[in-house]
Amino acid sequence: MQEQIKSTAEKAQPMIERFINIYWKPSVKKLDWTWRRHPMLLIGGFILIVMGLIAILAPYLWTIDPTAVDPPNRLMEPGADWWFGTDYVGRDVYSRTIYGARVSLAVGFAVGAMSVVTAAFFGLLAGYFNTVDLVIMRIMDAIMSIPHILLAIALVSMVGGSVPIVIFAIWFVTFPRAVRVVRSSVLSLREEVYVEAARAIGAKTSRILWYHVLPGTIAPLMVTGTLIIAGSILTEAILSFLGAGIDPETPAWGSMMADGRRTISKAMWVVGIPGGFLTFTVLAINMIGDNLRDILDPKLSRSGT
Amino acid sequence: MEFDVQRYLAQRIISSIPVLFILAVIVFAVLRLSGGDPAAIIAGKDAPQWQIEAIRNDLGLNKPVYFQLGIYLVDLLQGDLGESINSKKPVITLIKQRIVPTLSIAIMTELLTLPISIPLGVLAAWKANTWVDRLILVWSTLGFSIPIFFLGFLLIKAFALELPWFPAAGYVKPEEDFGRFLHRLILPSLCTAIIFWAFLVRMTRATMIEVLREDYIRTARAKGLAEGGVLITHALKNAALPIVTVVGWGIAELFAGIVVTEQVFAIPGMGRLIVDSIVRRDYPIIQGCMLTIAVLQVLVNLLTDMSYAIFDPRIKY
Repeated sequence: MQEQIKSTAEKAQPMIERFINIYWKPSVKKLDWTWRRHPMLLIGGFILIVMGLIAILAPYLWTIDPTAVDPPNRLMEPGADWWFGTDYVGRDVYSRTIYGARVSLAVGFAVGAMSVVTAAFFGLLAGYFNTVDLVIMRIMDAIMSIPHILLAIALVSMVGGSVPIVIFAIWFVTFPRAVRVVRSSVLSLREEVYVEAARAIGAKTSRILWYHVLPGTIAPLMVTGTLIIAGSILTEAILSFLGAGIDPETPAWGSMMADGRRTISKAMWVVGIPGGFLTFTVLAINMIGDNLRDILDPKLSRSGT
Repeated sequence: MEFDVQRYLAQRIISSIPVLFILAVIVFAVLRLSGGDPAAIIAGKDAPQWQIEAIRNDLGLNKPVYFQLGIYLVDLLQGDLGESINSKKPVITLIKQRIVPTLSIAIMTELLTLPISIPLGVLAAWKANTWVDRLILVWSTLGFSIPIFFLGFLLIKAFALELPWFPAAGYVKPEEDFGRFLHRLILPSLCTAIIFWAFLVRMTRATMIEVLREDYIRTARAKGLAEGGVLITHALKNAALPIVTVVGWGIAELFAGIVVTEQVFAIPGMGRLIVDSIVRRDYPIIQGCMLTIAVLQVLVNLLTDMSYAIFDPRIKY
C-alpha cells in the first residue's frame, strides 16, 4: 500500500514540476510584469477587493443598525462616538456607508455579468447573420436613443424599487452598448481566414460561432464588462438619488446623499463620505477597465506611438 | 458622384422613421406593461372603486393595450402628443415651456466642453506616455467616476456656500433678466461639462493617437513641417470625423446628465418635468418627452453625418 503511494508520488512529481514550469511560473512572471507595467491595475484591484470585503463583512465591522434613528443626536460631527458623524435624523453615517457598499457592488456586478452574457448572445447573432442584424440593431438603436437614466427611472418607478428590479432596469438600458461592441468585432472576425476555413470544411454554424468567433470577442467584452460595472454603480446611485431606486429604507450611497442635500451647508460629511466611497469604488473599477484595455487591446495601448 | 443633399436628406429622414416608431412602441410598452395605475393616483388614496373606474374609463385606460397603442400611434402621426393626465394641458405646450432651460444648459455645456476638451485631448495624444498625458488621463478618469450629483453638491458647497459667487439653486427666465439667467446657468452647466469633458478628452486622445501613427504624419514630419502644422492640418483634420461622431452620440447622455443637474440645482426644465411625471404616472408627458429627446438625437445624428462632408471632402452624399 505504502509502496503504491510512494510510486504514485514519484510518478506525480515530474508532472507537478511540469505543470509548475509550463503554467504557474510563466503566469506568475506575466502577472509580475503586468503589475510593473500597469500599477493602476494593482491599485484598482486592491481598492475593489477592500470594498468587496467591506460589503461582505459589514455586520462585523463595528457597525450598528444602519436604519436606527436617534433624533437627539442628529447632525453630530465625525468624532470618537460617530466615526463619520450622524445625519439629519441621527442615523450613524459610518454604518450606513458600510452597508451601502452592498447595494452598489451587488447591482454593479450583477448588471455587468448579465450584460456580458446577453451581449455575447445578441452580438454574435447580429454580427454573423445579416437579417438578424437588421432587426436587433434597430431595436438596440431605439433603446440607446433614450437617455439611459430616464428609461431606467421609468422602469423602476412603474414596477417599484427592489434590488432585482433595479438590476433589471439598469441591465435593460446598458446592454445595447455592449451588443454593439460584440457585433462590431464579430463583423470583422467572420471575414477572418480561419473562420472561412472552418466554413469551407463544413463546420456547423453553431460550432463556428462557439469555437472560432466567440473567443475573439472575449477581450473587448471583458473591457466593456468592467466599464459597465462602473457605469451601473453610478446609474444605481443616480436612481437612488432621484428617489427612483431601491426602497429608501435600505441604506444606499445615492439615497444617503439625497437625504444629505438639505443639510449640505451645516453637515457636508453626510454627503461627502458616501460620495467619496462611491467615487473611489467607481474610480477603482474604471482604472481596472482602462488597464485591461491597454493589455488586451494592443491597438489602443499607450506604448507604440 | 454628384453631391445630392436633398436626396440624402430625404433618405435619412425616411430611414429614421422606423427607429422612432420602434422607440414609441418601446416607451409605450415599458410604461403600460409595467403596472402602476394613473387613475388610482389621480383619484387619491381613499377613493372608492367606482370613482377610479370612472376616471379610467375617461382616460381610455380600460381599453385593451393594443387598442391604446393604436390610438397613440395614429395621434402621433398627426403630430398630436396627447394631453397630460393630471393637468389636462397639451403635452406639446408643457414641453415648449420646459425645453428652454434644458436646451440652454445643453448649449452652455457644449460651449464649455468643446474648446477645453479637444485641445487637451490633442495635447495628451501628442505628449502620449509623458506625465502631461498621465495627468490629463487621471483627471478624465476621475471625471468618469464621480457621480454627477456629487459633483453638483461639491460645486454648490465651494462656489455658492463657501465663496458666494453663484446662487445655490434656482432659475430666472431669459426674457426677465438675461444677465441673471446666464449667471444662474453657469454652475449647472459647469457640472455637466466636467463630466462630458472627461468623455471627450478621452475620445480625442484615442483617435489622435491612432492618426499620429499613420504614414502621412511621418511624411509630414520628415519633410520638415512645423509640429503645430502636423498636429492641426494633418492630424486633427483626420481625427475630426470620429470626434464629431462622439459629440453627436453624446446628446442622449448629455440629456441624461442634465436631468440630474436640474434636480440638484432646482431648475424647472424637461428633466424635472419627466421625473415629476414618472412619479405621477403621467404617461402622455413621459412619452412626449422621450420622443422629443429621441427626435433631437436623430436630428443631431443627421447633422453629424452631414458635417462629415465638410471635414472630409472624399465623403459625398
